[in-house]
Amino acid sequence: MLSIDNLHVSVEGKPILNGINLDVKAGEIHAIMGPNGSGKSTLSSVIAGNEDYEVTKGDIVFKNENIIELAAEERAHKGIFLSFQYPIEIPGVTVTNFIKTAINSNLKARNESEMPANKMLKKIREKAELLEIDSRFLSRSLNEGFSGGEKKRNEIFQMAMLEPSLSILDETDSGLDIDALKIVANGVNKLRNKDNAVIVITHYQRLLDYIIPDFVHVLHEGKIVKSGDKSLAHELEEKGYDWIK
Amino acid sequence: MSLADKLVSSFLAFELDINVQSPVHNIRTEAIKEFEKLGFPNKKLEAWKYTSLKNVLKEDYTIFSKKKNVLEFKNIQNYFLENTETYKLVFVDGSFDPFLSQTSHDGVDICILSAALTKPVYSKIISKYFNTSINKKDSLSLLNTAFSKEGVYIHIPKNKILEKPVEVIHFATGNEATLMLQPRNLIVLEKNSQAEIIETHQSLTSNPIFTNSVTEIFVDQDAHLDYYKIQNDNLTSSLIDNTYISQQKKSVAKVHTFSFGGKLTRNNLNYFQKGSYIDSIMKGITIIDENQLVDHHTLVDHANPNCESHQDYKGIYSGKSTGVFNGKIVVDKIAQKTNAFQQNNNILLTDKSTINSKPQLEIFADDVKCSHGCTIGQLDHDALFYLRARGIPKKEAKALLTYAFANNVLESVNIPSVKSRIKKIIANKLGVDLGFDL
Repeated sequence: MLSIDNLHVSVEGKPILNGINLDVKAGEIHAIMGPNGSGKSTLSSVIAGNEDYEVTKGDIVFKNENIIELAAEERAHKGIFLSFQYPIEIPGVTVTNFIKTAINSNLKARNESEMPANKMLKKIREKAELLEIDSRFLSRSLNEGFSGGEKKRNEIFQMAMLEPSLSILDETDSGLDIDALKIVANGVNKLRNKDNAVIVITHYQRLLDYIIPDFVHVLHEGKIVKSGDKSLAHELEEKGYDWIK
Repeated sequence: MSLADKLVSSFLAFELDINVQSPVHNIRTEAIKEFEKLGFPNKKLEAWKYTSLKNVLKEDYTIFSKKKNVLEFKNIQNYFLENTETYKLVFVDGSFDPFLSQTSHDGVDICILSAALTKPVYSKIISKYFNTSINKKDSLSLLNTAFSKEGVYIHIPKNKILEKPVEVIHFATGNEATLMLQPRNLIVLEKNSQAEIIETHQSLTSNPIFTNSVTEIFVDQDAHLDYYKIQNDNLTSSLIDNTYISQQKKSVAKVHTFSFGGKLTRNNLNYFQKGSYIDSIMKGITIIDENQLVDHHTLVDHANPNCESHQDYKGIYSGKSTGVFNGKIVVDKIAQKTNAFQQNNNILLTDKSTINSKPQLEIFADDVKCSHGCTIGQLDHDALFYLRARGIPKKEAKALLTYAFANNVLESVNIPSVKSRIKKIIANKLGVDLGFDL
């Protein structure tokens, strides 16, 4: 589904990623771990199409198409979803209005007609329930005054609504207490199927007790320095990142 | 001949057309004399520093529209509110159109100034209120006064709550190659009465139109005024709106000004607080582009204790457009416990757009709360990426953020069809097909 080949990325002339290779197939869960500053968030932003990052070399192929030149919204239309580490507060736009606009934008891009209001409402209710989100919460301004846990749950709620092929969860576990973590992980697990894939980006192994990865990759100084199965995550938890370097 | 000279010399012709014996005529004669001395304002005046009328005044405007154009309702119905019962006062090229209007004399007077100025039954109200609140040093108000003849006359008696809003629309049809319009409006809300009024100036032509409007509003004790100015005219029309609101104790007067269109729009919105416990509310959304200019000059004269004023103006500028916000608040020595709040937030979407924002506070009392804030920024870059990462295209994402920025001004709009009209205009102005239904 996703194939990253020798990806080099700079921000304001400073190299951050130095030759990333990654293959993600449908049905798989990949975890990308690494110390702060190793380039984890850069990788997720670049896959999602953030124009602040400059790809200096390499390719990102998604569903057999090179997406390097595509805008963020075009990548979303193709089925890429990024759960933000720091979801942005947008006063004046409610969660419901936001998700409606997003869904209909995606449908429009695929030349499909807008989702009827009753169907939309039903889906919103269903997915809100899955993530134990109160309906009052949906009429609040997007992320404004939300707690850390509420923001992250709201991200996964959006993922559930948009049903992407590839979900990138960027530090979704940060700022979550154990109950919220379980809700989020449960949501992600329920949304899994053989046709979609998940990349979990995390500093800690904690989330991986609940979202079990098929592969674990360690990122260091903009390169994947080690790959393995889920036992690698435990090893990192015990020994820290120093032995990898 | 300059436009000012042309206007002064046209006054004699104007006099042939009106009753020069009426007491109002002395007011007109005085006004034209003063205008002749002052002329049009220029950029040397502090209040006109950022707004030049030069391009507007260079046209050779027809001052008295001669040719009559008839408008058919079906061709202009889009300019009226949808699904809302309203009284209607419709003017076409400066003349009242009785066929398109719906007036009332049933316990209230919703009619026209030409009648109020000439019929004896109105003379008491006219002599009590007409021309009593305008700034006698403002040459544009003086000019309007000199030619005051036609416009809106609304009188709501004591304890009367107007059950339908009043829609006021001034159409320009292009019957003349260029046209200057000077509507003069008088609105009186007696004690404990309520009214909602919506005012629009709409040109149906690309011929240059210049409107110099004066509206005097008197809001007596415990009365409530809710006024909406929808300014969405085309790019060959310019508007100078001089509005004077005098409030008596415990009254509330709220004015929303929505400025989206026109070549040049200047709003001089003046509030005079003549009693205690008054609330004066001014809100505005400005969204302009190309070479448009919108200038909001507000004045609140806090002349009595325990009063409040609230100002909240949002501006979004693209192209080479220019915005001006000048908010003057005067707190007299006796106006203790005044609470004056002023906020002006702006977004510049392009490098070539400009906003000149200036709070002007003159406070002579010591026990008051006055706050003012002004921001100038761009759309949040990270927020834009967030929306786009969810599949919302750049243009729609920008529109959504712009709408969200201005949204809280719409919250205080009490007429649903006004709100939906504004939302539609905003979507249209931003070039998107979004409902903004929250």
